[in-house]
Amino acid sequence: MCRERILTLLLVGSVPLAATAQTVPSPVPAAEVFTRESIGHALAAPTPQAGHTAPSQANAPPDDGQWTMPSKNYASTRFSSLQDISPQNVAQLTPLLSFSLAVNKGQEAAPIVADNTMFVVTAYPNYVYALDLTRPGAPLKWRFSPKPVPASQGVACCDVVNRGGSVDHGKYIFNTLDGQTIALDVNTGLPLWRTQLANINLGETITMAPLVAQGRVYVGDSGGELGVRGWLAALDEETGKLLWRAYSTGPDRDVLIGPGFKPFYAADRGTDLGVSSWPPQAWKIGGGTVWGWVTYDAELDTVYYGVANPGPWNQEQRPGDNKWTAGIFARDPASGQARWFYQYTPHDEHDYDGVNEQLLLDMPFAGQMRKVLVHPDRNGYVYVIDRRSGQVLSADPFGPVNSSRGVDLQTGRLILNDDKATRLGRTTHDICPTASGAKDWEPSSFSPDTGFIYIPHENICMDWQNLEVNYIAGTPYVGADVHMKPGPGGHRGALTAWDPVNRRPAWVVKENFPIWSGTVATGGGLVFYGTMDGWFKAVDAGTGKELWKYKVDSGVIGQPISYRGPDGHQYIAVLSGVGGWAGAVVAGPVDPRDGSAALGFINVMSDLPKYTTAGGTLYVFWLPH
Amino acid sequence: MCSGYRIELLMSVWLLTGCHHASHDQAAVTTERTSNGVIASALVPGMIHGASSSDPRAAQYYENPQAVVEGKRLFSQYNCSGCHSNGGGGMGPDLMDNQWIYGDRLEQIHQTLVEGRPNGMPAWGDKIPDAQLWALAAYVRSMSLPQTIAANTGDTPSQTPAPVPREAAQDTGWSPPPGTTNDYTDVIKGPQ
Ligand code: HEC
Repeated sequence: MCRERILTLLLVGSVPLAATAQTVPSPVPAAEVFTRESIGHALAAPTPQAGHTAPSQANAPPDDGQWTMPSKNYASTRFSSLQDISPQNVAQLTPLLSFSLAVNKGQEAAPIVADNTMFVVTAYPNYVYALDLTRPGAPLKWRFSPKPVPASQGVACCDVVNRGGSVDHGKYIFNTLDGQTIALDVNTGLPLWRTQLANINLGETITMAPLVAQGRVYVGDSGGELGVRGWLAALDEETGKLLWRAYSTGPDRDVLIGPGFKPFYAADRGTDLGVSSWPPQAWKIGGGTVWGWVTYDAELDTVYYGVANPGPWNQEQRPGDNKWTAGIFARDPASGQARWFYQYTPHDEHDYDGVNEQLLLDMPFAGQMRKVLVHPDRNGYVYVIDRRSGQVLSADPFGPVNSSRGVDLQTGRLILNDDKATRLGRTTHDICPTASGAKDWEPSSFSPDTGFIYIPHENICMDWQNLEVNYIAGTPYVGADVHMKPGPGGHRGALTAWDPVNRRPAWVVKENFPIWSGTVATGGGLVFYGTMDGWFKAVDAGTGKELWKYKVDSGVIGQPISYRGPDGHQYIAVLSGVGGWAGAVVAGPVDPRDGSAALGFINVMSDLPKYTTAGGTLYVFWLPH
Repeated sequence: MCSGYRIELLMSVWLLTGCHHASHDQAAVTTERTSNGVIASALVPGMIHGASSSDPRAAQYYENPQAVVEGKRLFSQYNCSGCHSNGGGGMGPDLMDNQWIYGDRLEQIHQTLVEGRPNGMPAWGDKIPDAQLWALAAYVRSMSLPQTIAANTGDTPSQTPAPVPREAAQDTGWSPPPGTTNDYTDVIKGPQ
């Protein structure tokens, strides 16, 4: 009798045995998205004969074999000129060492190599490890534990990730989830300064990698899903003192818009557009965070960075263009004053943050070499923008797109497809790309040898319904019920080698899961990337042919790097540790039976737990010699 | 027969001893002598007062169909859904499984809501009227009930919450070691 009773009681609360993961929904039919030819536009036909595409020396100096910032150089090419590892010998690539990070959450950081020391920062609690590469097994030099406030985990929208630090002038500089920027002495691991920038009680966190350039440290906030007000701050590299802070919304004086502001398109000219393009007061909680890549242009002495989506996701609560969200700013580094702005997605209604990387290249266009930045956006287009003026030269889809019908190159405006508008009380089906975009934060690389940009991305679409949402400080301010699904073809990820001059993919590698890792291209003619099911791969940079793969302990969403070791040989390093928004079903405390969980990503990732488990490990690969 | 000993039975589950052990004084269970004389402590959060509901205010929210429906409405009104989705989780943990970090009895959930929790659960005690907190607690508890799960169609769970049965007050729940995941399902099969 007693046993029976216990059995019933236990059953009351337990999960029925049949409740295994949901199946992944069927893909959106190919006919639902527009072709590249029908929606891609350029101001002029390709003129590849007019010159060779490459970054300038100022933005990509000759490779010294180190990897001191996540993007490798200011141009953000993530290109290592090292040639030891090649298509001929990559089959012999093997792990030299692995090192447990002691944190089983999404590891998005790039390992940093400077002065024969490797620096790694983990997801929350943001441990920093310094490893001595000159000694066998790369023993620990020091570990620093910044002890971020635990409550910061609850206001991190999409796992508790960190996208890395940088070494400059004897300092390792990184951010913590609870909103600090910290500079550590590279030799001792002791903090030289700590500056508190974000306030978790308002929903602000910091996950981005700071950019260090010319004695300044650039840092932006995360929290666009919690009604924060986005900003980019510049700190003095020596003292950590705040030099300026430019908000993404609000009056011109807060946005640092003054007489020097010369946006290319008429839609961005006017006074206090950061107030008037919103309903009253809505700009105060309107998002526009700066959690992606900041780029410094040493040639034009300009800082560029993308601004994230407007909030809440429910667009009906914020009529207007919602400036200055979902676009890109060019600023004067010393004063912070804006030079130009371009809005990729005015009045965004699909969560298309504009924060992805920008690669600074000199590229032939209309018969001349132009100083451009190339930016693959969440909204599905690769933009080629004149970086002096902010003029869009071309915009072509690189993933599935039906939420818009191209970019009007006269006005610069994205042409929306009303069929995919989002509404209250009605579900809009099969919107492509999905909320996390045709591509999320995971950075591309560029090889001057092939002229291709290696874009790691997603092939995912979604169903969306707006919901009424109230602003409560420190809680999500989203207002949407989203369910994601695979894009046409059913593969959820792709590595696209994009030819920016000819405006088309050179080749595409399909992946079952979205690619959430960065890529690195090498002088040996290889491209490295990782998959969410735990493969670290090398493909031929010219053809995309898979040449090597190695199964690591957990899915890979980090940024691989290539460096020269103390022995003069080439090494490849990457962090494993699945997570992030896409990997929440493994790294986060979520249940695959709720398709709306993790802001709708679970719906399309419910099978990931079959393939990988949470982890967090540094891997270093070499050719044994 | 057994129902008269319900509390004792559950205590024995908790203490990992057999069914056949003597009844005890509920007030004195912070430390407990097991059959072989070892002192056991109250490791399950909030269980120091024993397995039955100790807060009289909780009683009316059991077997209460209105409470869970009201709780469902409040769950989105106060943005709980922003962090916990429809129970599946996101920024906050999933609530539709049987894993409870801070206990699953209504007064434990109520306490979680009033005080907040260190890893990012806001405190709502001075922001939401108490009766609403209890309704929220009832809805949260309902999410993982077999009846509620059975009523789920498609991939939007917790839409038809079943009232919380009184026996639920005696379930200690289960929670995985901190930092571990993938524990929501008993068996996961690898890719075919
Ligand atoms: C800002 C995000 C956020 C919001 C909003 C939020 N929660 Fe939470 N919640 C969390 C986090 C994070 C935890 C885990 C806290 C911990 O482990 O210390 C949590 C924990 C909980 C728990 C404890 C679960 C357990 O296993 O013991 C309950 C119950 C809960 N939340 C209910 C609610 C309700 C009801 C609301 C709305 C009134 C709400 N939460 C709003 C983030 C949130």
